[in-house]
Amino acid sequence: MSDVEAPLHGHTDLAHQFEDLEQQQETDMLGIWIFLVTEIMFFGGMFAAYAIYRSFYFSAFEGGSHILDARIGMANTMVLLGSSLTMALSVRSAQTGNRRALVFFLIATMFLGTVFLGVKAYEYNQKFVEHVVPGLDWAPQGEVLAHVAPGGVQHAELFFIFYFAMTGLHAIHMIIGMGLLFWLVLRGRKGAFSAHYFAPVEVVGLYWHFVDIVWIFLFPLLYLIGGRY
Amino acid sequence: MSQLIVPQKTYLFVFFGLIGLTALTTGVAYVDLGAFNTPVALAIAFCKMSLVIMFFMNVRHTGNLVRIIIVAAFFWFALLIAFTMSDYRTRSWTPAPDSWSAAPPTHP
Repeated sequence: MSDVEAPLHGHTDLAHQFEDLEQQQETDMLGIWIFLVTEIMFFGGMFAAYAIYRSFYFSAFEGGSHILDARIGMANTMVLLGSSLTMALSVRSAQTGNRRALVFFLIATMFLGTVFLGVKAYEYNQKFVEHVVPGLDWAPQGEVLAHVAPGGVQHAELFFIFYFAMTGLHAIHMIIGMGLLFWLVLRGRKGAFSAHYFAPVEVVGLYWHFVDIVWIFLFPLLYLIGGRY
Repeated sequence: MSQLIVPQKTYLFVFFGLIGLTALTTGVAYVDLGAFNTPVALAIAFCKMSLVIMFFMNVRHTGNLVRIIIVAAFFWFALLIAFTMSDYRTRSWTPAPDSWSAAPPTHP
């Protein structure tokens, strides 16, 4: 080992099993990507189930989709994309060693995540108002019934099971992400990250972007089925 | 190692691109494209995903090992969809012989 690297082993940022910070960082990146692959497998099963039932009961899924408000879905997608932007800027701030900007962008990401979940909560509440909550409150009436009736009311219930399961699983991932962001804010304020060591910020960032990608697919698959013309 | 620092402007451009594509995919849903509404929506979602992976997740500046892992994940997902759909969507093509249906067990 060279003299330049030797002092690093006294550095608390470097775990003892690694040769140097670069090797540690590469290992961290490999680890989070492997984890994200398991997440793709996790969500993949749900997307596959969705694909099967959508192909069986397309008109019921279309009817169910038309009850969702595409404008709210679009606005919320943009909020989430904004949170991905601030997350990317958090990582960049960590890279440049700008502690104040790092904390600012992390809090901005948490704020946008909260807005997204708030809108989601409003939408969930709307489903109770419209009586389209499978299992708990499934009794579509009036205009809502007119939307779902052609494809079969029972099969539209299936659409809403997918709606709640997929958006719910996504929301759980976001809540976990918010917890991780909060932890980063606490550590970041104390100056735990520097231009040499910011792997935790990068790892949480990759997770956050992954959750964003899941939503990028959920939005057209749930809100925009079969067109609105 | 993603030590290369990407200019802030790049992230902003990508963000506005993503916003534009979101507006586009919503707008296209109000246009009758016949059977093509879903493929177009999925193609736009795929573009958005590529932007996020390449720029926000910075895979542009990542090594080949990570790239292989990502490609493997998508290949696995393609297999999942292809084999599942080829099973479920073809079950009704050929009726099962009567002898395959479950008959009540007969006891001598």
